[in-house]
Amino acid sequence: QAAWCELPSRALLVLTSQRGVQMYESDGSTMVFWHALDVPELPAAHSVFARGIAAAGGRFICVGTSFGAVLVFDIPPKGTNVTLSEVLEQHRDPITDIAAEQGRAPDGAGDLVTADDSGTLCLWSTGEEFTLLGKIPGSGSTCSSVALWNGIVAAGYGNGQIRLWEAGSGRIRAQVSAHARWIYALDLAPLTGKLLSGAEDSFVHVWKLSRNPDTDDIEIQHCHAECVTDTQVCGARFCDPAGDTFAVTGYDLSEILCYGPA
Amino acid sequence: MSARTLPLLFLNLGGEMLYILDQRLRAQSIPGEKARKGERWGGRRARSLFVFAVMNDIITTMFNKKFMEELFKPQDLYSKKALRTVYDRLAHASIMRLNQASMDKLYDLMTMAFKYQVLLCPRPRDILLVTFNHLDAIKDFISDSPGILNQVDETFRRLIETYNCLSDGEFQLIRQTLLVFFQDMHIRVSIFLKDKVQNSNGHFVLPISGPVPWGTEVPGLIRIFNHKGVEVKRAEFTTAGNYVTPQREGSFELYGDRVLKLGTNMYSVTRPVETHTSGSSKNLASQAKENIAPNPLAKEELNFLARLLGGLDIQKPAGGETGFRLNLFTTDEEEEHAAQSRPEELSYKVINIEATQEPARRAELSRILGELDVAEPRPGSAEKGEDLLALMDGL
Repeated sequence: QAAWCELPSRALLVLTSQRGVQMYESDGSTMVFWHALDVPELPAAHSVFARGIAAAGGRFICVGTSFGAVLVFDIPPKGTNVTLSEVLEQHRDPITDIAAEQGRAPDGAGDLVTADDSGTLCLWSTGEEFTLLGKIPGSGSTCSSVALWNGIVAAGYGNGQIRLWEAGSGRIRAQVSAHARWIYALDLAPLTGKLLSGAEDSFVHVWKLSRNPDTDDIEIQHCHAECVTDTQVCGARFCDPAGDTFAVTGYDLSEILCYGPA
Repeated sequence: MSARTLPLLFLNLGGEMLYILDQRLRAQSIPGEKARKGERWGGRRARSLFVFAVMNDIITTMFNKKFMEELFKPQDLYSKKALRTVYDRLAHASIMRLNQASMDKLYDLMTMAFKYQVLLCPRPRDILLVTFNHLDAIKDFISDSPGILNQVDETFRRLIETYNCLSDGEFQLIRQTLLVFFQDMHIRVSIFLKDKVQNSNGHFVLPISGPVPWGTEVPGLIRIFNHKGVEVKRAEFTTAGNYVTPQREGSFELYGDRVLKLGTNMYSVTRPVETHTSGSSKNLASQAKENIAPNPLAKEELNFLARLLGGLDIQKPAGGETGFRLNLFTTDEEEEHAAQSRPEELSYKVINIEATQEPARRAELSRILGELDVAEPRPGSAEKGEDLLALMDGL
């Protein structure tokens, strides 16, 4: 996987693989840091890899592993002195995705969510020491991707469903039969609360999340659908913070497709 | 990447190979010298005896106990070249002989067929149903041979034991490992083109209609809950897709209705299968990079498994006159032409390596070879071929 991690002081390019984690300066010029995973001599039945990347708490980069552990790296404002600050061990299955709060979290809600193969979600509050605020158990389907906005957890599942959870209470607030196949990617546009979902069924959907601060009603509406003919969508990302444009990648596709307003 | 992918890759590709060989063996009359001999005592009977012998030998080799044990050990996938060599050896585990061009075509068909099946699997774990479909068909091919049937059932049980308990996430990883292996392969197969399952650019058609996978709901419904967990609103959205609920789930037991059609035999005697290797393909560049770059690890990769099969292999007959030559094309001229006109980028560059390795490996290899117990003694293909014909002469 590859992800840009934007922190107040710097932006780093983080790559995960079967060997471990690598961090590069945003222009790709130097490798700032690399963390090797414990790879056994001979291949074991259980795969070893790092997966799930997010910048959190203004100074950390969190990376998930196939062991279920989440590595928390403390990033200095400059230089290569990256240290492993903490290892969070609440998941028992391989981590699939990690997301940090991109809006404003209501009181009591965490600012980080981690997801795993079993569909279990963990909510955390970041800091010198990360605290587990809540756990949402899985219900048989892998949670392949997550996003967190204004205390709403948006989760995409292997059975094509999107679910919205309230971060503070851990309660389910919406259930969408969104796709006919495995959801590969979710992305969020923080300015508007637009949610992008891409799946193996060739479809990309744009949704609108909303949260009423008085009534605490959480809603999701369908805005737009695109069908990328004969392509299993593997990646989907908004290209601007308002979510007016987005880019899509797919299996066996050597192009990046960009969609925008007509 | 998953270290549990190789058994599934090997068994499914092997299954496809058997479908194609079975179809070609039945469709093709015995060529040359052997044909004249064969015609003496009734072509049809001789032909089915040959088909049976060839299929029997290949299946026996494929499901060899030691081989299966090695196959099921957690390991990385082989490179395309290394895997191709394994099938080269497997295809020659009988009196049948294939020219380079026919072997290339066979491998193209096998790989594109399985790539299609992996891509269209509704759920990641349905790859297991595809594998079971192949095994069910293999059992059908050798239904009269209890010995080999036992071997296949053993492998079946092993599959169930190893894979039935894996999670969706682990299956998705296996699926991704397979898709990476097949990435950028866009060889056009005429049976796929005719059935509108593949586009003229080599990409497969992904339908946006039909039953949704088991466990998935038909897209369209939005349900909103309040903070007490009570459903307060429902909304619907529409898309171009046209999905329906599935009837039932396929069986993951030793016997059962798999429901899924992927992995069943799509060839019949009357439909010759052609591949098109010429023509434009914008992906040729990436293919070229893959096949032409020298692979320094090739020797390491052609490890134990290929040599294991090589140990069961019959000595290559001198002069190549003996043995039964199978042509995957409709005429010899076509085969010759295909061999000459195959684009450089698509050549598999099969590596033939003598088993000369470091002492440790050689010792291991010799030990295993020494322990290998093949059902029937194999003095050499020449004698085997002659034996069979002599048998027929006596009929």
